[in-house]
Amino acid sequence: MSTSTSTAVADLRTVRRRRQVLVVAGMILVVLVAGTGALLVGAAGLSPGQAIAGALGLGDKGDVFIIQKLRLPRIEAAVVVGAAFGLAGALFQATLRNPLASPDILGISSGASLGAVIGLLALGLSGVALSGLAFAGAGIIALAIWLLAWRKGLHSIRFVLVGVGFAYLCSSLLAWAMARSQEHEAAAVLTWTVGSVSDIRGEQLALVAAGTLVLSAAVAVVARLQGPLSLGDDNARALGVHVDAARIGTLLLAVALVALATSAAGPIAFVALVAPAIARRLVNDGGAALTASTATGAALTLVADVVGQHALLGVAAPVGIVTGLVGAPYLLWLLATTEKRSR
Amino acid sequence: MTNLRAESVSLGYDGLRVIEELDLTLPDGKITAVVGPNACGKSTLLRGLARLHPLDGGRITLDGADITAMPRKELARKVGMLPQSSIAPDGVRVAELVSRGRYPHQGWFGRHSSDDDAVVTTALESTGVADLADRPVAELSGGQRQRVWIAMVLAQQTDIVLLDEPTTFLDVRHQLDLLDLLTELNRDRGTTVAMVLHELNLAARYADHLVVMAAGRIVAEGAPSDVLTREVVDEAFGLRAQVVLDPVAGSPLVVPVGRYHSSAG
Repeated sequence: MSTSTSTAVADLRTVRRRRQVLVVAGMILVVLVAGTGALLVGAAGLSPGQAIAGALGLGDKGDVFIIQKLRLPRIEAAVVVGAAFGLAGALFQATLRNPLASPDILGISSGASLGAVIGLLALGLSGVALSGLAFAGAGIIALAIWLLAWRKGLHSIRFVLVGVGFAYLCSSLLAWAMARSQEHEAAAVLTWTVGSVSDIRGEQLALVAAGTLVLSAAVAVVARLQGPLSLGDDNARALGVHVDAARIGTLLLAVALVALATSAAGPIAFVALVAPAIARRLVNDGGAALTASTATGAALTLVADVVGQHALLGVAAPVGIVTGLVGAPYLLWLLATTEKRSR
Repeated sequence: MTNLRAESVSLGYDGLRVIEELDLTLPDGKITAVVGPNACGKSTLLRGLARLHPLDGGRITLDGADITAMPRKELARKVGMLPQSSIAPDGVRVAELVSRGRYPHQGWFGRHSSDDDAVVTTALESTGVADLADRPVAELSGGQRQRVWIAMVLAQQTDIVLLDEPTTFLDVRHQLDLLDLLTELNRDRGTTVAMVLHELNLAARYADHLVVMAAGRIVAEGAPSDVLTREVVDEAFGLRAQVVLDPVAGSPLVVPVGRYHSSAG
């Protein structure tokens, strides 16, 4: 009876997978195009030949410096940090079953920033120790939201509301820290409040890249749980998922990704909110679109950074300002349409 | 042979007891319907049986073994449950949703095998939604959607299927449609079916075993024709009614009296 439909079911899955691959490939293409542009364009314009020679360490010493020490690390940083934010956002939104429940809206990113700023200003820390404090900040906020929002089960709207409260608290404390800081520290504090990828290179870049890679590998383990979880707690349990453990495990990984990315680049606004939304819309299969969100986050952040450096009138703007300009209207649109749907 | 049974089970919410020391055995290979007034604890009982709600006391056993001592995935291969009003995520398509029923049969990195595809296909076909396989679930009608969810539970390949008010939000025709489908499932595969139903007369017609609950306890249980009497309806629902024979199925038919239409008492 059913061999034809049985292959039909397999075919549908192939179509679905092909679409995911297509979206990821498209985003990688965007990264390549934007990355090439960023290598060539700048205060010192380089020809493609000069850029390739510079990347390989050949040719003019000045070109090698510009490519290897300035432009390439900035591109790599944007890609890595954007990928981490994109994946973290997708995990948050999927496991809390709410497109608004993203770490930037929930205050997890600002928690990480606050931790870093305290480390920077009060304790004079830098490097890995500073990242450690960013982790602590993100972790404390995540735990506090969990404790206040958890009522024997998930109420995602309560998560969002409690999280928004913490986001405000953290940004007020950040502003206060900025007001108290010395002038020479204020630039660094600006990174922690707006987000920038301009100063991530060398060891720090390697650390963030390696950490993101390890965490992404760990995400592969919890990825399969997102299918059942997206059907609601009861359905997921009936399918044999330990719902609370699955959700806590997923959120821990996502918080770690946010903390890692924020400790290097600050809270780049809205990437974690917007990238998964774009990815899900493109893939459109009802899944969490984790891989596509990762690629979209990387592409979005890199493009935003290129735009911020070259395409905004007047001064070069840090990437967080550009993503904010794109993300805020999206957030408003999301709020408007969510309202409509719930009526 | 699988036997799901509640042994002096107590269930509640935040210390408020809904069910106190209740015993129930689901007859193997039969259709059981649980009926009762709102808030009598029938849904809570079903959720307890599926391990969706923690017990305050007693235990639920499957073939004599406590289900809480069992890995969740193992239980999910033996007992399927369709909770009340499930909502599919945006964009998910029929075949993909039904495929999620295979989760308990897959390993950590389990990919879909051709066996999985065959099971999903059979589930789609036996619920009559094979034509809709590539349609987004959100675009379907209520009746179609409910069939898709049942297909998902079928893809789980369990010997016992529990359903919490599967006919809610469906019109009469689709209610009958769905109950016929569950009857076929029971007859063709020998699946034990237990469901909470609102509609007394449909429950009486489709169930082999009828459980009438009120205020957290079982008022009466057994064959519908033995159980569904005027006295039981009055005791459970506080409802004056006449019970006549269903001219189609020969099962008891409850005709409520109300305040303005009473003729013969």
